[in-house]
Amino acid sequence: MGYMKKYMLDMKVTENITFQNNYCLLKLTSDQMLPEMLPGQFVQVRVDNSSETFLRRPISINYVDRERNELWLLIQKVGDGTRTMAKCKPSDALNLLLPLGKSFTIPSKTSGQQKLLLVGGGVGTAPMLYLGSYLKTAGFEPTFLLGARKIDDLLQLEDFQKFGIVYTTTEDGSHGEKGFVTHHSILTGDRFQYIYVCGPKPMMMAVAKFAASSEIPCEVSLENTMACGIGACLCCVEDTRDGNKCVCTEGPVFNIEKLRWLS
Amino acid sequence: MAELKVNIGKLSLKNPVTTASGTFGYGTEYADFIDIERLGGIFVKGTTIEPREGNAYPRMAETPSGMLNAVGLQNKGADYFVQSIYPDIKDLDTNIIVNVSGSSVDTYVACAEKIASLKHIPAIELNISCPNIKKGGMAFGVTASGAAEVVRAVRKVYPNVLIVKLSPNVTDITEIAKAVEGEGADSVSLINTLLGMAVDVKKRKPVLSTITGGLSGPCVKPIALRMVWQTYKAVKIPIIGLGGISNWQDAVEFLLAGATAIQVGTYNFIDPTVSLKIIDGIDKYCDEFGFKTVSELTGTLEV
Repeated sequence: MGYMKKYMLDMKVTENITFQNNYCLLKLTSDQMLPEMLPGQFVQVRVDNSSETFLRRPISINYVDRERNELWLLIQKVGDGTRTMAKCKPSDALNLLLPLGKSFTIPSKTSGQQKLLLVGGGVGTAPMLYLGSYLKTAGFEPTFLLGARKIDDLLQLEDFQKFGIVYTTTEDGSHGEKGFVTHHSILTGDRFQYIYVCGPKPMMMAVAKFAASSEIPCEVSLENTMACGIGACLCCVEDTRDGNKCVCTEGPVFNIEKLRWLS
Repeated sequence: MAELKVNIGKLSLKNPVTTASGTFGYGTEYADFIDIERLGGIFVKGTTIEPREGNAYPRMAETPSGMLNAVGLQNKGADYFVQSIYPDIKDLDTNIIVNVSGSSVDTYVACAEKIASLKHIPAIELNISCPNIKKGGMAFGVTASGAAEVVRAVRKVYPNVLIVKLSPNVTDITEIAKAVEGEGADSVSLINTLLGMAVDVKKRKPVLSTITGGLSGPCVKPIALRMVWQTYKAVKIPIIGLGGISNWQDAVEFLLAGATAIQVGTYNFIDPTVSLKIIDGIDKYCDEFGFKTVSELTGTLEV
């Protein structure tokens, strides 16, 4: 991807949909047309009205609704910052820096990479919705594999189904196959040519290991505690094969070959 | 419109607002958000003669009204700066000041010499106060004799404006300031970060990989302000004040307490446009209170 100009925007909440189990979906709009944003990129949200929160909160782009000029952010209430964001009501204002970071790689339609698997776990499913919609628009038929602890933690399933086939796993067996995503039968039953993953680190490592052993190219989206989000402070580094790299600018999406996970 | 120009020794700044090293990259990271040429100066990322990988992750912990960092001077070294970064920033219409660090007197000197050869770098900020590296760094900045030793050596090879960044992690910062003034420093900047730590109670472990790190942000402002005031009374060279500045009122407080210029640091992360808001705010303040030039404010605190 080429250089993408970054913006600081005052956005307005249009809708705040509360999900069960500590999740909510914030839909935001702006007076101006939203700039181009790519799947895998993230935004930095300024959190006012939280005495415990000083820094902006990095949140991945869940979906961009061009018709409504809306940006969707899936929020998991983890600390006071995200809890404060989750209290937003329609017409409340939020200040965002966007779009930040590197996106997932979109294969060309003429490449051999046609069967694409998008794996998400927990709130890590968030960027997979936008990636799925982006791939669908680009002419692919993406396959989703979404994992969660139990059925209540599987979010936005109807949205995912608009863009591809959806398989699920839950640890308690309340939806889809019982167990972890890495145990799902689709992984051995089908042959994928590219795998994208976002979720808890142990899950991403397990999928990365599977991808490497199956010689399937794989990209993961990493999480990290960030300060600036634009490559200025060098706080959010990942130890890569090329040394310490900022997750905010060199990532958050990394090809697993760049990481030291498999050695 | 007041006259905003200030001088740090031979260095002329178009206004007293600059950005602090380690919080503003090389300036270009912020160019999408603000016109960086409006700044009085940009103190770029700490540079060492050899490349440094910095410390292991985790390097950052958020605190109430601030943050701890333990980056550890990650940079690609002075040669990389000269070859790959300098060409992109040398023609900016603002002062690009390189923050120079080292692990021994010799490495400080070598780095300063290399930067001295760059025509468009009018000043260096000697970092004798980084709390996040094992050798050198703060070790030089916590004793008057150590600070004097490194400044004396660098002064011999560096002909341009030499600013020395002081550590607050000392009993009496004025002793250090006087020592570096005595060795020919043109200015002092203060404060660097305060040594602190954070604990993860669930893991019963330190949050930072280095256990301790440097505290910055609005929480340190009162301490920084106090030290600027004390130092103003102790030295004659101009002071660049920093530590938790997040709006124009903070900046004016530092000027009144004795600073000639200020640096905006951690708050750039919260509002990348804050430095320009501070320039405008200082300008309005001068107009409102009848100051024709911003330099008239310096040290005019009525006590």
